[in-house]
Amino acid sequence: MKKLVALAMSALMAFSLSGAALAAETESDVVIPEDFKAGFIFLHDENSTYDLNFINAAKEAAANLGMSEDQIVLKTNVPEGQECYEEAMDMADQGCGIVFADSFGHEDYMIQAAQEVPEVQFCHATGTKAHTQGLDNYQNAFASIYEGRFLAGVAAGMKLNEMIANGDITEEEAKIGYVGAFTYAEVISGFTSFFLGARHECPSATMEVTFTGSWYDETAEKEGANTLIEDGCVLISQHADSMGAPTACEAAGVPDISYNGSTKDAAPNTYIISSKINWAPYFEYAIKCAVAGEDIDTDWTGTLATDSVQLTELNEDVAAEGTAEEIEAVKAALEDGSLHVYDTSAFTVFGEELTEEFMADVDDDPDYAPDTAVVSDGYFHESEYRSAPYFGLFYDESGNGSPIDGITLLDTAF
Amino acid sequence: MNEKKRGPLAHIVKRPVISKQQAYAVRALSIVLAIIVCAIVTFLLTGDDPISVFKTIWEGSFGSERRFWVLMQNISILLIISLAMGPAFRMRFWNIGGEGQVMIGVLATASCMIMLGDKLPAPILIIVEIGAAIVAGAIWAAIPAFFKSNWNTNETLFTLMMNYVATQLVAYFIIIWESPRGSGKIGIINQKTMAGWLPQIGQYKYLLTVIVAIVLTVVLYIYMNYSKHGYELAVVGESERTARYIGIKVGRVFIRTMLLSGAICGLAGALMVAGTDHTMTTTLAGGRGFTAVMVAWMAQFNPVGMIFTSFLLAFLQKGAGEVATQFGLNQSFSDILSSIIIFFLIGCEFFIQYRIVFRKEAK
Repeated sequence: MKKLVALAMSALMAFSLSGAALAAETESDVVIPEDFKAGFIFLHDENSTYDLNFINAAKEAAANLGMSEDQIVLKTNVPEGQECYEEAMDMADQGCGIVFADSFGHEDYMIQAAQEVPEVQFCHATGTKAHTQGLDNYQNAFASIYEGRFLAGVAAGMKLNEMIANGDITEEEAKIGYVGAFTYAEVISGFTSFFLGARHECPSATMEVTFTGSWYDETAEKEGANTLIEDGCVLISQHADSMGAPTACEAAGVPDISYNGSTKDAAPNTYIISSKINWAPYFEYAIKCAVAGEDIDTDWTGTLATDSVQLTELNEDVAAEGTAEEIEAVKAALEDGSLHVYDTSAFTVFGEELTEEFMADVDDDPDYAPDTAVVSDGYFHESEYRSAPYFGLFYDESGNGSPIDGITLLDTAF
Repeated sequence: MNEKKRGPLAHIVKRPVISKQQAYAVRALSIVLAIIVCAIVTFLLTGDDPISVFKTIWEGSFGSERRFWVLMQNISILLIISLAMGPAFRMRFWNIGGEGQVMIGVLATASCMIMLGDKLPAPILIIVEIGAAIVAGAIWAAIPAFFKSNWNTNETLFTLMMNYVATQLVAYFIIIWESPRGSGKIGIINQKTMAGWLPQIGQYKYLLTVIVAIVLTVVLYIYMNYSKHGYELAVVGESERTARYIGIKVGRVFIRTMLLSGAICGLAGALMVAGTDHTMTTTLAGGRGFTAVMVAWMAQFNPVGMIFTSFLLAFLQKGAGEVATQFGLNQSFSDILSSIIIFFLIGCEFFIQYRIVFRKEAK
């Protein structure tokens, strides 16, 4: 019996070692030829925090891979229309072996280009259609940003606890405000995981969410934050790409958890921490695969382990004491699997826990039909059945959408 | 002490009528000057070699066959919208609602493709959607004209505000038709069935749009220069009172002309949705409704002249994007270059009308 176990163990080790060796081969030994080019399509330019994050990642990835400036083609201000197809095709004409696009609305045009140029790889961040499209050269990517949001939520919960301990607010007044762009799964998943992180620390926390109907609208985001503050929210976070919410918080003296990157410069007295997706690891991985002629994952989800999910600098002046240590502890628990962001025992929907019968809308179709069982082992498996988030609203029999209990949506027009 | 009164250093004198050749010479000179100023600005601000910047602008449009066709498509759409602007401006009816008239055409086309995509056979659907776009654009444009002719409302404000109404309507329907839920995008319409998509001529995706633009240019040229309607426009533009005196029903001319303008804008919207983009976004017109006013004005409302001016603006825009990419400059820098050239072009019209006389030193 011992022998058998030893044999099995050694076989397993050999297998995992060869796996590791294989991984190492694809990860580091690829040299990018001098004539290889990568194209990047951006919706806006560096004035948008979202696009800036992508632009920086593209440059960083190129630098890490030893690619020269001539080997990357960066095209900013490409609208979500025919122009995206034209730019993608133009990049293929210029000899790009791989083309990336950063905005959700680019997806259909990237698919169109992928169908016409099978020898070039087209990789689309945030898209949802790659796993059902059946194209070898069209891929989606995202990151488990819900883990980053959860950790940022931990910082928020710690801050709420500090306010309660100081007697600034009562436990019932621990209300968070959140400025979202659209009632889109990416936003819902973001604010839900953030809220669960906050409640992990401060069980009495509640949250109100307002939507702007735009990914970038500084005025609307500022107004949204002000409305929430007037409504009694004592801490704000946001998922939209302008400086609207951080500057409103700074003016009102309300602490803010940011997104896409640090906003400490604009809000030194209220900024606590920010979560963001680091796209450089994906760019490097996909470019290496394209050069080596290997398949790129149809749905690639970056994680804390791949350094795709990051927290930016913690503002010690504003954050509660011990925040950094608590974040490290929770992060370790997330990474070793002892804690799950969407642990179904941690939240309820319409007063009930989610069961394994729950189906989410993962495959693209116009009727939004739920099609995939996503709850198992006691938690909701986000970003596993496709890379883009699908933790959306929950619908009752009459079709009214609702978030998890404890969160109130002030408006759902968008 | 010199008590003699001195005149101002320079003063402006209206030119006697100058020949067409001279006028064109002034315009050509202004382009040359604009390019020189651009070169100086480029060198001072970025230190990049101006010649290579200009070469890049050129390559942005002519660097490959695909880019050439994209340029042709951009010119065609801009030209069609500019042609729509011509007649109203000729009669000094300040229609700055081109953007909204295009958007309402976009909405009409998209709604036909979405609602009727699986109900009508392809050729009939195409006729229906184009017809809907033309009618929608015409009605959208005729509303301000109707108010102007009956209650003398201000058409500039009215047409301007109609733009926002049209854009918000589009935004509203995007939320209704969005996919996936909450994304605020509708993606490519009928991507699998291609229902309602305009046919492609041979291997050329954009040729149809180019042909429509050419045909419309010829039609509008004849309409403006050789038809009774065209003559009435010119008379109304010179003087409404004269027009009334000789029996032209000015109000009716306003409405009739705006119906035509709106119909052409609506058609432009249909060409974009059914012909090339196959989607609907609030930015699909992309400000071309306003750019078209400039195109039409710089061409003195002459349809043939608009071919040149729309080429110039589309060419500069393509080049600007390419400069931003190749030199790692912000898009704003290329906008500065385009603006310098446009500033000179508009400025030169002043020097065609007037000249500056410098003070002669008194003996």
